[in-house]
Amino acid sequence: MKKYKFLILRRIIQLSFLFLFAGGNYFGWEILRGNYSSAIIADALHLSDPYAVLQILVSGFVASSSVLLGALLIFLIYALIGGRMFCSWICPMNIITDIAFRLRRIFKIETEAKVSVSRNLRYYILALSLIVSAVFGMAAFEIISPISMLHRAIVFGSGAGWAIVAVVFFVDLFVLKAGWCGHICPLGGFYALVGKQAVIKVKHDKEKCTHCMDCFDVCVEEPVLDIVGKESDFIRSGACTNCGRCIEVCNDNAMKYSLKFDLKK
Amino acid sequence: MVSRRKVIQRVLEGAVFVGGGGLIWGKSIKANTKADYVLRPPGALKEKDFLKACIKCGQCVEVCPYDTLKLAEPGDGIANGTPFFEPRTIPCYLCTDMPCTDSCPSGALDLKNLSKEEEKPDIMNSKMGLAVIHKESCLAYWGIRCEACYRACPLIDKAITLDYEVNKRTGMHAKLLPVVHSDVCTGCGVCEQACVAEKAAIFVLPLDKATGEVGDHYIKGWEKEDEKRINEKVEKADDDKDVKSAIDYLNDDDLIED
Repeated sequence: MKKYKFLILRRIIQLSFLFLFAGGNYFGWEILRGNYSSAIIADALHLSDPYAVLQILVSGFVASSSVLLGALLIFLIYALIGGRMFCSWICPMNIITDIAFRLRRIFKIETEAKVSVSRNLRYYILALSLIVSAVFGMAAFEIISPISMLHRAIVFGSGAGWAIVAVVFFVDLFVLKAGWCGHICPLGGFYALVGKQAVIKVKHDKEKCTHCMDCFDVCVEEPVLDIVGKESDFIRSGACTNCGRCIEVCNDNAMKYSLKFDLKK
Repeated sequence: MVSRRKVIQRVLEGAVFVGGGGLIWGKSIKANTKADYVLRPPGALKEKDFLKACIKCGQCVEVCPYDTLKLAEPGDGIANGTPFFEPRTIPCYLCTDMPCTDSCPSGALDLKNLSKEEEKPDIMNSKMGLAVIHKESCLAYWGIRCEACYRACPLIDKAITLDYEVNKRTGMHAKLLPVVHSDVCTGCGVCEQACVAEKAAIFVLPLDKATGEVGDHYIKGWEKEDEKRINEKVEKADDDKDVKSAIDYLNDDDLIED
């Protein structure tokens, strides 16, 4: 059980958000209404997806102040505190891709990638999404986003969104390990850039490490663990989602959540 | 140091990624078959701006008490995640407190679009579309008594009125003909839902699909306000045309001889 404490906590949080959003639609609960693009808490506080709002701004529309402030709030939370925590603690797509990741390990579906794709692809897609938004005058990623289709499928009970979610799942399962979250998703890329210097980070202790490689097995962003066993430091890469899997699988207590206040690269 | 060949290769790859990828991406988000005929909630910005502004959060859909509004799904032929309604299924019942417009966080639905000059927003000012009648399939125009749309209209005798006409076929009856007034019609579509025809003979189209435009160069001489425009320098339809050659052409002798 100890080996899954963060995983279970994450699932509880992810599912509670979905549950509250869905309840807002089906039963009119006012705790949390809307969806992950823009929401309102207790009919009072607006929250918005900063990447979605950025696309809207780039497409040439100055969104209303409630959306802008809501986006700023979320931006600051992840930039200063959480880092890329949206991806592993909130995003519903994470549940799907984690299942694919797990099945790959259980059924030993080839560990080496069939296709070689750079993890930087997401940053290029991020840049391209802003260009397309500006040129075509529409928030480009929001219209094709599998994440949006997934949460809309659940919150608003639409069926058609599941097809694209299935595509993401099978690509992750058979084509590219951690394909969506680790290579393609521009929202993940956005939070990776934004959350680079956030306070909450995983800290590694070289002295305790026994080089068992368990953390590498469970990490969906393997390259961020490059210092493991070599030096004691924070996992500084913005790509780390702070999911805590490495912490809970480590038998040597060589990983832990910690607070980082310096601004080293 | 990277070789020149490598640099050129990377630049070309980048160009293909941005150009090709961007074009496919852009075209695919714009390629929505029904997009031109979609009806938006009350207070929506003009379609082009609406598509920029809508953050696709679905809050308008959630608060709609009649389940009129739906979020477009892949395959609907409408930009994914944007709200719309189909009056033949469920029309807009014009809630006086405008919950959908009020709930929009992004400004894609704006109460300002529902108020005429500084007045309080009023749902009756909404212009979601305009009801259009296809006379050939309208029973009333056949001479059969119907009035379903007229009776259903929330702005009865304002948005839809009845014109009386002699039924020449029978020679002894009246035709009671529904007529839509575009300055009042909100585009709510209650008429479209009420129509008894198998496929509605009265239906709502988006404003720009259901309206024409005369242009500035015609003036209503019988309206005092409009007639004042005669003194303004208005752009004439033939300002940019070669008028002289047209006159010469008409005066040309050859034209008469032929």
